[in-house]
Amino acid sequence: MNTREKDIENLKDYKYGFSTDIENIRAPKGLNEDVIKFISNIKKEPKWMLDFRLKSFKRLQNLKEPDWQKPKYPKIDYQDLYYYSAPKSMSDKPKSLDELDPKLLETYKKLGIPLQEQARLNGIAIDAVFDSVSVATTFKDELTKQGIIFCSMSEAIQKHPDLVKKYLGTVIPTTDHFFATLNSAVFTDGSFVYIPEGVRCPMELSTYFRINASQTGQFERTLIIADKGSYVSYLEGCTAPMRDENQLHAANVELIALDDAEIKYSTVQNWYPGDENGKGGIYNFVTKRGLCKGRNSKISWTQVETGSAITWKYPSCILKGDNSIGEFYSIAITNNHQKADTGTKMIHLGKNTKSKIISKGISAGFSDMTYRGLVDINPKAKNSSNYTQCDSLLMGNKCGAHTVPYIKNKNFNSNIAHEATTSKISEEQLHYCQQRGLNSEEAVGLIVNGFCKEVLQQLPMEFAVEAQKLVGISLEGSVG
Amino acid sequence: MTEQIKTDFEKIVKTSAFSEKDVVLKKKYLNRFIESGFPSRKLENWKFSDLNQIIKKNIGELSFYNNDTIPNKVDTSIFVEGLEHNKIIFINGRVEKIDFTYEDQDKIKINDDFKFLDEFSNSNSLLSLNNAFANKCYKITLKKGYSMKKPLVIYHTTNEKIKSRNINLRLEFELEQNSFLRTIDLFKDEAENNFINIFYNFDLKEDAILKNYKIDKVINQNIRYSYNNIEQGKNSVSETFILSSGSNFSKNEINCNLKGEYSSAFINGIFSLNNEQHHEVRTIINHLIENTKSYQLIKSVLGKNSKSVYQGKIFVDTKAQKTDGYQLSKAILLDETSEFNAKPELEIYADDVKCSHGSASGSLDENSIFYLMSRGLNYQQSKELLINGYLLDVVEKITDSEIKNLIKSMIGIRE
Repeated sequence: MNTREKDIENLKDYKYGFSTDIENIRAPKGLNEDVIKFISNIKKEPKWMLDFRLKSFKRLQNLKEPDWQKPKYPKIDYQDLYYYSAPKSMSDKPKSLDELDPKLLETYKKLGIPLQEQARLNGIAIDAVFDSVSVATTFKDELTKQGIIFCSMSEAIQKHPDLVKKYLGTVIPTTDHFFATLNSAVFTDGSFVYIPEGVRCPMELSTYFRINASQTGQFERTLIIADKGSYVSYLEGCTAPMRDENQLHAANVELIALDDAEIKYSTVQNWYPGDENGKGGIYNFVTKRGLCKGRNSKISWTQVETGSAITWKYPSCILKGDNSIGEFYSIAITNNHQKADTGTKMIHLGKNTKSKIISKGISAGFSDMTYRGLVDINPKAKNSSNYTQCDSLLMGNKCGAHTVPYIKNKNFNSNIAHEATTSKISEEQLHYCQQRGLNSEEAVGLIVNGFCKEVLQQLPMEFAVEAQKLVGISLEGSVG
Repeated sequence: MTEQIKTDFEKIVKTSAFSEKDVVLKKKYLNRFIESGFPSRKLENWKFSDLNQIIKKNIGELSFYNNDTIPNKVDTSIFVEGLEHNKIIFINGRVEKIDFTYEDQDKIKINDDFKFLDEFSNSNSLLSLNNAFANKCYKITLKKGYSMKKPLVIYHTTNEKIKSRNINLRLEFELEQNSFLRTIDLFKDEAENNFINIFYNFDLKEDAILKNYKIDKVINQNIRYSYNNIEQGKNSVSETFILSSGSNFSKNEINCNLKGEYSSAFINGIFSLNNEQHHEVRTIINHLIENTKSYQLIKSVLGKNSKSVYQGKIFVDTKAQKTDGYQLSKAILLDETSEFNAKPELEIYADDVKCSHGSASGSLDENSIFYLMSRGLNYQQSKELLINGYLLDVVEKITDSEIKNLIKSMIGIRE
């Protein structure tokens, strides 16, 4: 068996589908003020934070769940969910990794996430989020030396309240859409990153999200602030156990780049997609938004979306500072009964702003994939430009691929170019590869990787290798 | 509005000779319209053009009553010169004349008490409005194998007798097997501030060819909505050309159902706008069976305070393998107040297809202007030459040379 076959053998079934039997502390079921107070209380939050939550909750009462998206889903009963679930051993947060529940460490080991010292040689600082709490953050000391703050959101609220207060909710306000506001009311944990002025973060920062408990929703909140002239590259990975029920994941991610700063945000999303018949799986309804606040700032989103029963997200850039740049690179793969409605929004407000969108969608099986994007150049955004390319690949005639771009040009000095194609893998290409000795699956793998190359190149090296494998594996069994 | 529309409706019922059955039916449509009202930005398809607001802002209170009993005088000066043609003349929404002098009378059937279709795919509340108020629907049938010798020009005119009115027009065409029809819709208005609501239905049987040219060139302050439904059988071809330039607000919708194998649809359009004008073209091409083809090209030139919108959708059904679909929309923004919005959409459920779209917008290329100026043209001339060439590209797509030349001379494009 060669390595690729082994990989496939390993991953043919969703390898991260196990669940960890761990004692949990949960908030009472349901969504109400008491639950929000419970969450706030258990996290020992200051009053302003509780007010922020309650204000959002109040606002939520007047909001309706949006229903314009392409993939429809059965109504979610928000009262039938647990909004907080944490391993019991975390109620008194362990001081070091040695005190961490061995079962938790075992879980992350199974997932291939190196939390322990000896495994830290690969030079990536990791914040691991298990259900509702952050369980461990690695490489803390080294980062602190440079003045970089990388910790869980709860910790940041305790230790750096000024920063959190100043920036939280500035990109995704509490008055935003339904899921974002829901998150503002009940968010539990997530990562907080602050890069001080002029610092180039020496390593990749990474968060690993895992949903373990059943009937829970995960509502994490991430806030990344890159101060003047700084640089950070941030990675995010996600998995969940196999369950028959659908679980909700509604996260908010806010990025803020000040003058001359750059943030690179990469996601490899591999939540449990449900079984072949579309039973179970995660609803991934995430709000991600970046604000290029300062001049010459840059935010770049890269995403590889292979998991989730339904993916519904639009990582966006608000290009407010003059000369700022927004980028979006995406590969979205749907197989079996998965559905995705994803894309981006580029909102040009400042002068000389630039944005680039490269989106690759692959649908197979009975799945449905939609690219939905907005490019909006405001009257004041002189000399701005956008380039969009979205390509879709269809495998089989039971799946669908859709492209819905919204293009608004209100400035006569600005250019927008948009291109989209939809096709299948051509017989000639397949024939050519097979003629040179590849079997049909290998040939498809090769062609698909070529199709995705532009995006894969954007990922940090360690991730790129994994993502490339993931692309191949997600499409297993869809050819032939 | 509700009170007004109800009293106007009663008035029409009293003066017209509708049968009791018709009145019941029309009342149903009326209620359906009242329930939903004019489309507003709450509807996805009207996001870029909120008709409800536009009518409120430009017209205010609409009146729906039109007296159809008194004939209007036909002004012959509006007729197209230098082109022999058949005519249908609408004045203030009333059919004044139908004239097919150039054709074999036994090959064309004109039916005026035709019970029109009350349901089109992808339509909206304006269809209910049209169903309720359109007083007569003519159906024109081209018999099997008949090619019309001369084009049919449909004159849409209004005179100053009407103001703040709603006018509803309706026509049905049936093209039997292997027949051929050319139509030109010519809009010429003297009345101002009216809302004109036009529905056409074309039914193309096997091997039929339709060429439809819409020319809205004369500046006027009316709000115009036009919906074309085109059903296409095997091997049929439809060609639509839209020149969108005259009205204050205009929205053209083309819904094309490619139901027969090897059928094809072509849509080309030009927006040339200025001064607070706001025009939209929305196309929906439904590829429902194998081996069908569609091609769309829309170009805009946008002056001061003007806005153009292009919404195009290519839908490919699971059965429609080997579909070839293409969409291209381009815009030149000439002023800082002009705006271009596009939503080119692909919805695809079959894998062996070739579908793509492109959209580009921006200002005139300064390098090209520099090139022309370095060869002795002044700025204005260079600009005109560039725009001329840019638009000529679309006009050249017209397959009928007689009409192509007519349109070229109408819009002053030189070769």
